[in-house]
Amino acid sequence: MKNSETGNLARRKFLAGMAGMAGVSLASGVTLFSFAAAKEPGQAVSSKVRWGMLIDINKCADGCDKCVSACFEENGIDSTGNPATDPQWIRKVELRDPNSGATKSLPVMCQHCAEPPCVDVCPTGASFKRKDGIVLVDKHTCIGCRYCMMACPYKARSFVHEDLTDQKPYAPRGKGTVEGCTLCVHRIDAGGIPACVEACSDSAGGAMLFGDLNDPASEISRRVAKYATRQIRADLRLDPGVRYRGL
Amino acid sequence: MWPLGYKLLLAVLGMAVLVSGLPVQAADRVPMPKVPKALEKTEKGHAKLMRLKHMDLMRHQRDETVHKGIRTKQYSLKACISCHAVAGPDKQPVSITSPKHFCRSCHDYAAVKVDCFQCHSSKPPSSASLKLPLTKQIQGFLRR
Amino acid sequence: MATATKTVFKELNGEEAKFYGALGLLGLAALIGVVAAYYMETNGHHVTGMNNQIVWGMPHVFAVFLIVASSGALNVASIGSVFGRTAYKPLARLSGLLAVALLVGGLAVLVLDLGRPDRLIVAMTTYNFKSIFAWNIYLYIGFLAIVAVYLWMMLEWRMNRYSNAVGMVAFVWRLALTTGTGSIFGFLVARQSYDAAVFAPLFIAMSFALGLAVFILVLAVSCAADDRPLGDYIITKLGRLLGVFVAAVLYFVIVQHLTNLYAAEHHGVERFILLEGGVITALFWVGQIILGGLVPLALLFHPALNKTRANIYLAASLAILGGMAQLYVIIIGGQSYPLVLFPGMEVKSLFFDGVVHSYLPSLPEIALGVGGIAVAGLIIMIGMKVLRFLPDSLTDGAVDPHHNNSPN
Repeated sequence: MKNSETGNLARRKFLAGMAGMAGVSLASGVTLFSFAAAKEPGQAVSSKVRWGMLIDINKCADGCDKCVSACFEENGIDSTGNPATDPQWIRKVELRDPNSGATKSLPVMCQHCAEPPCVDVCPTGASFKRKDGIVLVDKHTCIGCRYCMMACPYKARSFVHEDLTDQKPYAPRGKGTVEGCTLCVHRIDAGGIPACVEACSDSAGGAMLFGDLNDPASEISRRVAKYATRQIRADLRLDPGVRYRGL
Repeated sequence: MWPLGYKLLLAVLGMAVLVSGLPVQAADRVPMPKVPKALEKTEKGHAKLMRLKHMDLMRHQRDETVHKGIRTKQYSLKACISCHAVAGPDKQPVSITSPKHFCRSCHDYAAVKVDCFQCHSSKPPSSASLKLPLTKQIQGFLRR
Repeated sequence: MATATKTVFKELNGEEAKFYGALGLLGLAALIGVVAAYYMETNGHHVTGMNNQIVWGMPHVFAVFLIVASSGALNVASIGSVFGRTAYKPLARLSGLLAVALLVGGLAVLVLDLGRPDRLIVAMTTYNFKSIFAWNIYLYIGFLAIVAVYLWMMLEWRMNRYSNAVGMVAFVWRLALTTGTGSIFGFLVARQSYDAAVFAPLFIAMSFALGLAVFILVLAVSCAADDRPLGDYIITKLGRLLGVFVAAVLYFVIVQHLTNLYAAEHHGVERFILLEGGVITALFWVGQIILGGLVPLALLFHPALNKTRANIYLAASLAILGGMAQLYVIIIGGQSYPLVLFPGMEVKSLFFDGVVHSYLPSLPEIALGVGGIAVAGLIIMIGMKVLRFLPDSLTDGAVDPHHNNSPN
């Protein structure tokens, strides 16, 4: 317990330092990692960036699943006809408070934790966190043991139960390995935003905002600083990169 | 004197020695693979280097891409299968199910099984949506 | 120190037909297991009962059973070497053989259930040292190596004098191994029914009970099939010990559930396991607690019942059955209860949020598990046939140092 407390403190200090550095670089006008500027293809990702998402539940309509269908379309996810073995990178969850009767609706996907349990338990290191905070499965080293699925508090990982064909060139997926939301890493590396966020445009509610949580000048950082937001299962102290407003 | 089994074994071995000693006709061999040429101009020595080292180079690139987000075209699987795409009867790039596919042309000959395409697409990106001739669309991707 | 007559060990030398018949049956079961694994791998796991909700199924129940029983089977040897009980010394070799065989059987099941068993080499060469699974790979391989050395010290008379020291190392290692196996579940913070430190000692107690139960049955069957005398003294002693271990398991189960019942956040999962879980609840009360716990305790400790060998063997069989039920409740039951993402809220989604997950074991999964048991059986049989694992005689006079001067 004590160790994790000091760990958290150390991380907070570190993050504060990082934010400061980002601020300085912004001030001098030489920031390379602002959200708008795409990374060069040959450039490695850096921990100066922490990609995250802010989801405003008040703007998320009941029964709207545009984010889900956009994700499935983008990443080539088809139903296998068996819901129990179907992969699910993002899902809409309907909440109802049994005391007041109030209802809410929100999308849940991989929360891209700063301290991901799936990464801790993976025996081969196939489940890993990129320096910019995106949690991924390296399917080249995944042996399909499914321990990460046992460890994830968000039910964000799926196991591919059947042979797949016609995968998207930028979203390789295959039988016998575990997969989950990649935050559309192929789009991010090209300077884009995740497909779900794009689909949830202003006309569709505009509930989802994507950006760099480490950059104090970014829209997401400013909103997170201004409004009360929550992380799902914040009690576990995993520091997810996906935050919710109105939860 | 000797059990029948030994005699039979000896006979088979003898035949094998005889057959292997015969000069092999060119026609009896598995035909050399017809490896599809690159659609883009490649640097000098590319073919020789890749013939020897493609697995190491691609494996290195694979780790760089997955873990560090480095997405340069050189040694990327997507670039290989785009530049070496082969058109099928429908003028569209063939997939790994066709023996004419670039990767298969050699791997079938060498009898080396790869599992890349259990996960990866074996066709160039977004070719179906483009109406350009095959080489043009792929050149477009490679220059992007 | 009183010395019993020097124990004579012999290879199996009973009826050949009986031996090869049994060997053939086990070989067939192992082959069916391999075919089942191949079927699961080529078709993908959708042919099993496992899915994205119940990600670990029957293969894991069998594999964890075999692995836990493996470390426990070594206890008989440890009691002889570490705790200096001479009566157990003649059983030490068989105990080591069982430990190796059961572990290999369990690992075979675990590995063949992987989504990509063809990548075993990746698992052996790429490690994440923060993963309990990765530690376990070392613990398992180390265990096999240490027990192999231990067996060598025991089988080679010139090395006998080192066997106690190696036995000590093996005993410490097996405690670490079972701690690792229990921690696979104990360290899972995400799930309501796991995330408890008690899993490590619970698994150690389970290993003591299950390993000894398997040992008693293997010893009884081998001695009967090979016409070797087996005295009441040793069987009664092992039976009483089994009773203590079964009681220890019950104790840790009570601690596990009482702790959960005290915390309001765990009331949901406890209500599920103890009251409303259908098959899981039935397996818990009838399988694990009554048949696997209370009945064996009665058979082993009640003065009217613990006089016959048949009852001791029955108690051992029931303990094994109860252990399987317990692992089913832990592994399947623990996953059946939905993850709690939003405490206090009613949730629903198209991905089974907030609903109890159902699981129906499929034939290939069970065949794979049984195959693992068969592999362990094959190793035990072949081991006893080619090397001197089993004592020629286990009569009371041969094992009890005080046999002649105790009134008994």
